[in-house]
Amino acid sequence: MKVLVDRQKCTVCGVCVDVCPFSAITLTETSIEVSDACTLCGMCVDTCEFGALSLPDVGAGPGEDLSAFRGVWVYAEWREGLIHKVSYELLSEGRKLADKRGVPLCAVLLGHGLDGTLAHELIAHGADVVYVVDRPELAHFTDEVYGNVLVELIREKRPEILLAGATSMGRSFIPRVAACLRTGLTADCTELDISPEGLLLQTRPAFGGNVMATIVCPHRRPQMATVRPKVMKPVKRDGRTGSVESPTLPEECFRARIEVLEVIPEKDQTAKLTEADVIVSGGRGLRKAENFAIIEELAQLVRGAVGASRGAVDEGWIPPSHQVGQTGRTVAPSLYMAVGIAGAIQHVVGMQGSNVIVAVNKDPMAPIFDVATYGVVADLFDFIPAFIRKIRQDRGEL
Amino acid sequence: MHIVVCIKQVPDTKNVRIDPDTHTLVRQGVESIVNPFDFFAVEAALKIKDERDARVTVLTMGPPQAEEALREVLSRGVDDAVLLSDRAFAGSDTWATSTTLAAAIRKLGDVDLILCGKQAIDGDTAQVGPETATMLNIPYATFAKKIEPMDDRHLKITRQTDEGVEVWKVPLPALVTVIKEVGEPRMPSLRHKMRAKKASIPLWGIQDLGLAPESVGLAGSYTQVVRVFSPPRRGNRLMIQGSVEEQAERLYRLLKESKVPGL
Repeated sequence: MKVLVDRQKCTVCGVCVDVCPFSAITLTETSIEVSDACTLCGMCVDTCEFGALSLPDVGAGPGEDLSAFRGVWVYAEWREGLIHKVSYELLSEGRKLADKRGVPLCAVLLGHGLDGTLAHELIAHGADVVYVVDRPELAHFTDEVYGNVLVELIREKRPEILLAGATSMGRSFIPRVAACLRTGLTADCTELDISPEGLLLQTRPAFGGNVMATIVCPHRRPQMATVRPKVMKPVKRDGRTGSVESPTLPEECFRARIEVLEVIPEKDQTAKLTEADVIVSGGRGLRKAENFAIIEELAQLVRGAVGASRGAVDEGWIPPSHQVGQTGRTVAPSLYMAVGIAGAIQHVVGMQGSNVIVAVNKDPMAPIFDVATYGVVADLFDFIPAFIRKIRQDRGEL
Repeated sequence: MHIVVCIKQVPDTKNVRIDPDTHTLVRQGVESIVNPFDFFAVEAALKIKDERDARVTVLTMGPPQAEEALREVLSRGVDDAVLLSDRAFAGSDTWATSTTLAAAIRKLGDVDLILCGKQAIDGDTAQVGPETATMLNIPYATFAKKIEPMDDRHLKITRQTDEGVEVWKVPLPALVTVIKEVGEPRMPSLRHKMRAKKASIPLWGIQDLGLAPESVGLAGSYTQVVRVFSPPRRGNRLMIQGSVEEQAERLYRLLKESKVPGL
């Protein structure tokens, strides 16, 4: 199968030829030709201003009565006694979707020894119903048991949409849930909307963040998506009411083949990059490991975490747990300071979702400035100490 | 022990840029490469092979030219390769890809361990590993940083999560996705390079896998791309001028005014 070309509409302008990442489109004098290299990625479809290109339809799969599915669900991630912030963000987004559809919003809370106030927190953040499953087998996360329980609940209650955080937990076990339910899943969404027909419009970055793609799951339910943390804003309203239910599930859901031997929380709190509200990152411009000290000093001053580019990690100046980018962590803090980082695309895709980006680099042509909110062309060894002095002065520490 | 490594040939996205004027993808100099994370999966397999009797087969689904990716991996010391290629596979989402890989793994038969990179850099979904394992009804562990055989039938897996590290005992057969901490991929050796060049690589299509055309490729996919567009460009970049002192002062004031935390 290849991209479909409407020869009536095609003006042979050639724009699609340049856009195709797979060199699958060639221009002849009178038409365009699509070769077998076409992967149906869809890059060309949106760039064609004449509407001459389209993708063939996806398979309908075995028929399913879509109207039997109702309600929006959010998987509330419980870790170390707390609910992950992304779950509250998803509840506020889920609330909007549920209201547009005129359906209830439900949260699913799985764990063991759950604090009774957690379900009410979920209600205050928008849930109408909270399903709570509290079992010793859920004390530690495994894809199997967490997946089985969520699959069983979905089979029983049939929601039309399920949202989960694109955390290490969500990205790990939600694919199992989708596969068991034989439905589509879109990973790492940054934007959600709903069409009048009730199709969840799931927008996510692709090709390393170079393009955005909107994806739908037309023929299967529930429509499932994982959503990046810190993209949506949580909304809390005290006094909201809702109900809490504890469904009983078949025993076989709780049987695990995998045994959890040990859970070791990360000692180095500064490495909790994905959670941080402020991140100060250093790159090759620091020139040696010892110079990371000024990054650490600044990070401490602004109560932020320390990040790094792949270059700095590859040099061995800082452990890989600090790496931001495609092969490291994806972060989206309120403030991201890139210091001595050139801004290779592989770094940029890991931090471009940040609210305010400050770039400090000597090279005015450094690509990092393309994504910066504020750019400073300066020698970091002059600028960062001056900036630190400024903060200390203002706080009366100097 | 028979280990299968699933790999993917991807465009080298780190060299891909959007032309700021035309908003189109600048393709110049973008080559097809083996997904970087998959080299870590290959390395993890070879490490096990270094220490015990193991055979490693590398598997990929892709266009005919994905054969180059298989040869690249063979040159690192992998024993065999199989290419899954068929026009019917085009347009696969993660579900259809997993369906195809699972069918190939069933056909291989005696597989003890399946290794994958944590995700591919073109789609970044991290879904194909877990979905394939689920279809094969075997346990899986994601984001592994260390794989240690415990006995013939179990692995000790150390996995990295957002909160820290978890150690799991995983019975075989199982699927494991790995991160870069499993070890620096070894370079191709001359001997393996020669072998890789000559190796005959079987090609399996839908008929070989016993799959129906409607269960693979776009027809067998549940998700559909309806729109592709350039990410919105940040328009409000402000370059801060002046001496270093002035720059520090101005940046500090701007950040204060925009009420970012920490300042």
